[in-house]
Amino acid sequence: MSSQAVPAPNRPALASRIGVRDQVLFALVLAAAVAALSLGFVAVAPNRLISGQPISLWSAADGKFAAGIVIVVGLLLAVSLSPPHRAMYCIAATLASMWLLLTFAALGNAVHTLAAGRPAVARISAGTSFWVIAGCAALAVMDALQRLRAGPMLITATLAALCGGTVLLALSGSFDQLSIAREYATRHALFASALIRHITLVTGSVGPALLIGFPLGLVAARRPRLQGPLFATLNLLQTVPSIALFGLLIVPLSALAAAVPRLASIGVGGIGPAPAIIALVLYALLPIVRNTTTGISGVDPAVIDAARGMGLTPRQIFCHIEFPLALPMLFVGLRIVTVQTIGLAVVAALIGAGGLGTFVFEGLGQYALDLVLLGALPAIGLSLAADFVLHVGSTLLVRARPE
Amino acid sequence: MRGGRWLASPVMWVGLLFAMLLLQMDALRPVLGWAFPDVTPLIYDRASFIELFLAHLGLVVTASTAAALVGLALAVFVTRPVGSEFRTMIKTLAAIGQTFPPVAVLAITVPLIGFGAWPTVIALFVYGLLPIIDNAVAGLDGVPSNVREAALGMGMSPRQRLFAVDLPLASPAILSGIRVSVTIAIGTATIGSTVGALTLGTPIFDGLVASKLPFVIEGAVLVALFAILTDMLFARLDQRLRYRVP
Repeated sequence: MSSQAVPAPNRPALASRIGVRDQVLFALVLAAAVAALSLGFVAVAPNRLISGQPISLWSAADGKFAAGIVIVVGLLLAVSLSPPHRAMYCIAATLASMWLLLTFAALGNAVHTLAAGRPAVARISAGTSFWVIAGCAALAVMDALQRLRAGPMLITATLAALCGGTVLLALSGSFDQLSIAREYATRHALFASALIRHITLVTGSVGPALLIGFPLGLVAARRPRLQGPLFATLNLLQTVPSIALFGLLIVPLSALAAAVPRLASIGVGGIGPAPAIIALVLYALLPIVRNTTTGISGVDPAVIDAARGMGLTPRQIFCHIEFPLALPMLFVGLRIVTVQTIGLAVVAALIGAGGLGTFVFEGLGQYALDLVLLGALPAIGLSLAADFVLHVGSTLLVRARPE
Repeated sequence: MRGGRWLASPVMWVGLLFAMLLLQMDALRPVLGWAFPDVTPLIYDRASFIELFLAHLGLVVTASTAAALVGLALAVFVTRPVGSEFRTMIKTLAAIGQTFPPVAVLAITVPLIGFGAWPTVIALFVYGLLPIIDNAVAGLDGVPSNVREAALGMGMSPRQRLFAVDLPLASPAILSGIRVSVTIAIGTATIGSTVGALTLGTPIFDGLVASKLPFVIEGAVLVALFAILTDMLFARLDQRLRYRVP
């Protein structure tokens, strides 16, 4: 029996009644157009502490950039009206990629043009419509790739091309005058150390969490009776908001550091990386333990029986059967935990652990919003990159596995 | 019998502890005074805890209600024939959006909206949408096809099928999405104090800035209890729903 045997009385949406074939692309183009017409593409402020005045795409950037975007987007609109076909999706993917890069180039151009006649303290930042237009372009690329049913290789190649184009624009100095770049220029040494500290916090917490969580998950998979209390405890920990857990750890750790000066000399204290890493490890345990347990208990008992029948020792069964079969699930756990820890490590800056959050909270404190972005955008980039790499990694892993 | 079960439930004890600390933090004065002899004042005094809690609750309820309504509407839209084309896009958006750190979302709303309670509400709303959409779509998809066919065979209209069949059957999944969303909202609202929202996180930050550990402890304990209590209440609601849905 087929699962979708009953044809639903399909009432076509308004968009398809006026001849739109690709509603998603059509909606994205429409959203970008509305944003371009109603919101500022860049914002110009007299200095870094004042919020800027919005300026539209047409008046900010050179006419040829605006015209280029309009042409590319117009072509995409035509694609959204034409019958679906693989070739059309390829064209859509290419056009959408051009749209994204053109938007970046237009931003660089607008910022340069506006900076030319202004004092050095003036700050020019990306406006709301830039983010909407670039976001719609990125989604259009994704939509086209999904319709093409692109595999990890094609997706990686497209992403590499887009990143390459953006890096080329950056190297040619397009973004030099952008406020966030100016903020970076004045503290690039600090930025590098904050980024390294952030990554250290993440690896320093995910590593120990794996070492603790994996055995715990194995034990829970072998003894189902333990699962109830174990998951209840871990779930309780995960429910507590990060800043509260950081705060609660300050007290015992500062007491410990006061009681054992040796510990204080190696950096253990109420404020700093120690409480942050402990809290991050505690948060990371739930996804790792849960996915290990699910992965190991999800292995078909018949496979284990067969292996036992072949005379494999329990150790061999674990190494050659259970572990490889559970690996994709473990990878999912690792991905969730890495992304989660990158985000939580931002908050850790509040208790003096350093990392990208330092810029976020320093910026919020000084009302210097470019500084906030200098912390927040790389944190988002880091999460997306980790998510993507671990996703592709696990896809390749599953494919490489002999069935 | 019923009363006895109520007495044994951890929800009541956690709730009682939370309410007592909220109203009578002064009771901890001797303990805090012993632990931190040279800190004055011992109890956070710039606002009452009940006032902070109500503001915090207000932020979470406003944002989560809006997120639940909009998220559910979007999930219903993409699982109907009308919106099926947007399905992949919305699902991808929800998946990618959830990789954004909640703090970063909060931080980037400030340049767009300004300081105060509003950027917090907006960030909580946007971020809260994602798990709700994710879970609601999964729940609506999980309605068994034979049940749908039976409803169709009974001559139910699309609207009747949605309200009498699909939504009730998907309700446990929808609820678990709302639960995740509310848990994240409580935590993120705590950090909202750094962008000018009044929440139970305010004593934590004031305490960290002024190196007054008692403030940090008071705020952290209350926030933790608030989050745990909410999660427990959701767990109860979840049990009831599952009991009702066969």
